[in-house]
Amino acid sequence: MTYRTILSTLVGIALFGTLAANANAAEYMIVDGTIPDSLTGKPGDAANGKKLAINRKKGNCLACHVMPIPEEQFHGEVGPDISDVGSHFTEAELRLRLVDPKVLNPDTIMPAFLKPGTHDVLKKFDGKTILGEQDIEDVIAYLMTLKGQYSQ
Amino acid sequence: MKYTKYITSAAGLLGLGAILVACTPAPTMKTGYDYAIPETQAMQDDDFSNPAFVWVDIGEEQWSTVDGEAGKSCESCHGDASSMKGISTSYPKYSAEDGKMRTLQHQINYERTERMKAKAWKWEGDEMLGMASFIKNQSKGMPLNVSIEGEAAPFYEAGKAFYMQRRGGLDMSCKNCHMDYPGVKIRANVLTNGLPNGFPTYRLKWQKIGSLHRRFRGCNSNIRATPYKQGSDEYTNLELFLTHRANGVAVETPAVRN
Ligand code: HEC
Ligand code: HEC
Ligand code: HEC
Repeated sequence: MTYRTILSTLVGIALFGTLAANANAAEYMIVDGTIPDSLTGKPGDAANGKKLAINRKKGNCLACHVMPIPEEQFHGEVGPDISDVGSHFTEAELRLRLVDPKVLNPDTIMPAFLKPGTHDVLKKFDGKTILGEQDIEDVIAYLMTLKGQYSQ
Repeated sequence: MKYTKYITSAAGLLGLGAILVACTPAPTMKTGYDYAIPETQAMQDDDFSNPAFVWVDIGEEQWSTVDGEAGKSCESCHGDASSMKGISTSYPKYSAEDGKMRTLQHQINYERTERMKAKAWKWEGDEMLGMASFIKNQSKGMPLNVSIEGEAAPFYEAGKAFYMQRRGGLDMSCKNCHMDYPGVKIRANVLTNGLPNGFPTYRLKWQKIGSLHRRFRGCNSNIRATPYKQGSDEYTNLELFLTHRANGVAVETPAVRN
């Protein structure tokens, strides 16, 4: 099933707003709640992925998730603790979760890291995605290393 | 197809959620005060340690200061400021003259330009924030009580639509944070219901008092969304929605927040 097919289904049931601004977004294929193929074909760099997860201007995952990063203060609790995600998710599942979590849960607060905003976007960020394709591969590589409980 | 099913039931749940939200009574709603740390609460509790009272005092002074070509002060017509008790709880209020809603700050400038023939005050200026906090302070402890009936209805709907609309580079709505996660930590902050009942509010981060619309601008910019102007129709309607959501909640002005 192609991305486009799923999108038209969604539009059909009128859950989402306009998709016009998505026209120039990245190409990827969603299959059964996953994006199986790497976005870049290049392996992810876990060390850089960790930096992106911390960086408030990039992934800022810590805003909402507890992660095994004791050197950083203030882990948010809006989303679940993800210090063990590597044991529960495949790369393909994580890829869709990061690219566009609204496909999984239309009402989620978690940002779509590879889809530009479509309404009242500050000029500086207009048409821009929060992370780039390789950034997402890097974050996935880092998440796959997270195996085991961690308490803050 | 698996997806369609999932999404359709999600849509059903969303609809149900919306109905539940609409029926939830407001009075028990926690305010930013309830989530604040004890030091911040103590600062707000004591008028002498509450730094916002510098502005309340400016407002009190302005109340009896003659200004403008009419040669009047607020006091000349309204007498003692206790005459303002309860007034602010019904703002924003529909104005037939303007054909739209007026916040208390719009009303104050109307008094100045139309009745005193004086210059309008700047939205975020010391005199305006002083007068707004002085007048709202007269209603401290009284429940917010705005009307969204009749002429006000379409403005309420516009404010609600703004509140629910995802916006900005992070594509979030006010609802995503303030309805879905009150009491939950987002990095170093605890999210609250995002209520308007303490404004103008002294923010430790600002090191001064600020208007509700200034706070809206901050919450918009944080999600990389274009902020609107203080006093704009968009923010005025949003204020109506927020205030109606908080109907029954006691006025705290001037509140202290981090
Ligand atoms: C604004 C808050 C927010 C931010 C920022 C955020 N998330 Fe999430 N995340 C959530 C929420 C809430 C959920 C719960 C599921 C849902 O809402 O769909 C979630 C779910 C997840 C899940 C699924 C976990 C599970 O056990 O089901 C993963 C993995 C995840 N997020 C990873 C990330 C990563 C990696 C980042 C940073 C690149 C990130 N999130 C940024 C809020 C956020
Ligand atoms: C020339 C007389 C006059 C002056 C000066 C004046 N007012 Fe008024 N004001 C009125 C009248 C008349 C009304 C409308 C009737 C009413 O509600 O009392 C009014 C209405 C108001 C209202 C709306 C009341 C409501 O029920 O919604 C507020 C608030 C107010 N004035 C505040 C002020 C402030 C603050 C000042 C000084 C900056 C001021 N007024 C100066 C005469 C005056
Ligand atoms: C990403 C999450 C987020 C979004 C989206 C957001 N805010 Fe906030 N807002 C916060 C945080 C964090 C604070 C400070 C803690 C608190 O009061 O919730 C705050 C504070 C506030 C306050 C001050 C509350 C008080 O007690 O002083 C108001 C009012 C407010 N927000 C309104 C809004 C409105 C209106 C919108 C939509 C235009 C919005 N917020 C969108 C995170 C958000």
